[in-house]
Amino acid sequence: MNFLLEPLAYQFMQRGLFASVIVGVLCAVMGTYVVLRGMAFLGDAMAHAILPGVAMAYLFRGDLLVGAGIAAVIVALSIGFFSKEGTVKEDTAIGILFAAALSLGVALISSMQTYAVDLSHILFGNVLGVSTSDLWLIAGLSFAILLTVGLFFKPFLVISFDPVLAATLRLPAELLRNLMLVLLALTVVVSLQTVGVSLAAAMLVTPAASAYLLTRRLLPMMLVSALIGALSSVIGLYISYYLNIVSGSSIVLTATVFFLIAFLWKRMKSA
Amino acid sequence: MTHTHHRLEVEKASIGYGEKIVMRDLSFQVPHGARVAVVGPNGAGKSTLFKALVGILPLQSGRILIHGELLGAHKDCVAYVPQREDVDWRFPVTVSDVVMMGRFGQMGWLSRPSKADRQIVRKSIEQMGIADLAAHSIGQLSGGQQQRAFLARAIAQEPHILLMDEPFTGVDMTTREVTLTLLDHLHNQQVTTIISTHDLNLAASRFDLVLLLNHRLIAYGTPSQVFVKDNLAQAFGNSLLVMEDGMMLVDECCPPDEEHHHYHAEVK
Repeated sequence: MNFLLEPLAYQFMQRGLFASVIVGVLCAVMGTYVVLRGMAFLGDAMAHAILPGVAMAYLFRGDLLVGAGIAAVIVALSIGFFSKEGTVKEDTAIGILFAAALSLGVALISSMQTYAVDLSHILFGNVLGVSTSDLWLIAGLSFAILLTVGLFFKPFLVISFDPVLAATLRLPAELLRNLMLVLLALTVVVSLQTVGVSLAAAMLVTPAASAYLLTRRLLPMMLVSALIGALSSVIGLYISYYLNIVSGSSIVLTATVFFLIAFLWKRMKSA
Repeated sequence: MTHTHHRLEVEKASIGYGEKIVMRDLSFQVPHGARVAVVGPNGAGKSTLFKALVGILPLQSGRILIHGELLGAHKDCVAYVPQREDVDWRFPVTVSDVVMMGRFGQMGWLSRPSKADRQIVRKSIEQMGIADLAAHSIGQLSGGQQQRAFLARAIAQEPHILLMDEPFTGVDMTTREVTLTLLDHLHNQQVTTIISTHDLNLAASRFDLVLLLNHRLIAYGTPSQVFVKDNLAQAFGNSLLVMEDGMMLVDECCPPDEEHHHYHAEVK
């Protein structure tokens, strides 16, 4: 018991734990759409694309989350804009914007004096540096995103599963697709501090991919995914505390273990 | 009431994709509760017409009226079963989930399914003879069973007009029988059904009206009015063979990805 309670004696560990569980659940739920709609590449790109926003916020001593949020929404909508009506294929648009934003971000960060430390925090997260106000912002944004997913559960289901039915029911598919991109961008922003931009993509894909192997319906898939995301965050954070490794890595590696278990279970079942 | 006698009116409609016009200057009216077979050679624009009728494909010109109002005013009353469902078969949904989607338009996007919705879904699934598969993933079903699941969804929409694109092509006997029984049932309930088919015998025997198309309207009327040599020759061209005893054969050579069809129709 002491083993579990000891880290919680520190305020920063408590905040870190809350933050990672919230982010774990949020990424896992949004990840369901990422996995089902084949947006893994987009999630990865989005995570890197917010780098310039974060760098700007650093340079001007602004709020990191706000900077990242603005960059993410701009990138999400630009992808929608360039790939609208198939002018440029969506993955091409993503590839171009991803590379441009990443380069811009690195260029901005390289102009800073504390280049290495700052970059590693942005890339891999610094969950132990979450302040109380950060925690509130993370909780508030996550609640708003999850609420939106709940409200749009049925339209998102229809546009993802059957675009023809969506059209006959007169759903504004383009608008819904953009809304989903914005939600995804905000999710990446929220996960910035716990797992960092380079690992956020993993938290979007891994728990949801595991849940896909274990369930047969959308809502159970989301719930199982959320559970795996939350467990990975808690277990990963403890591992990070005791082994003294970067929290983002230990969280993602824990999620990967869950995926391997789910994969083996599925293989054994169908064998 | 301002409702006109005809429940579906297509007026001088031209339909196409961008520059390419597939259907030119098409006009016809379908009375309430009629069974209409849409017939014509491959690539004649049957699927294109259906897409326009549900509003997926905008008209280049002309207009479509349903119950005397422009298309779009009645978003709930037209259900559509495409030839090949363009869905993600690996998506985590059960047959019940798919059929429940047919209720979304009427229950509202924010509300949960009511008891009545669930009952309609259960009844539709039973009617299509796939009750034992209700909890199965949609991807586990055979092609015919999948088609029946989507037909169940279409009737769960409780449409006034049901459009089906080639429901009899490449399906098993059970699905064919269940679909034919469904047509009779819908006819008794005064639901208008518009169905494209390659099966001219079926079109002649089970439908009130036949719409013969080949990029334009060739003929529209009762089967005996439509299925005459001149009309068939105009629609099918060289694939029509007229025998000495009045028997006519329609031989269609299909695109390479489709199976080869041979159809014939006898003229009395």
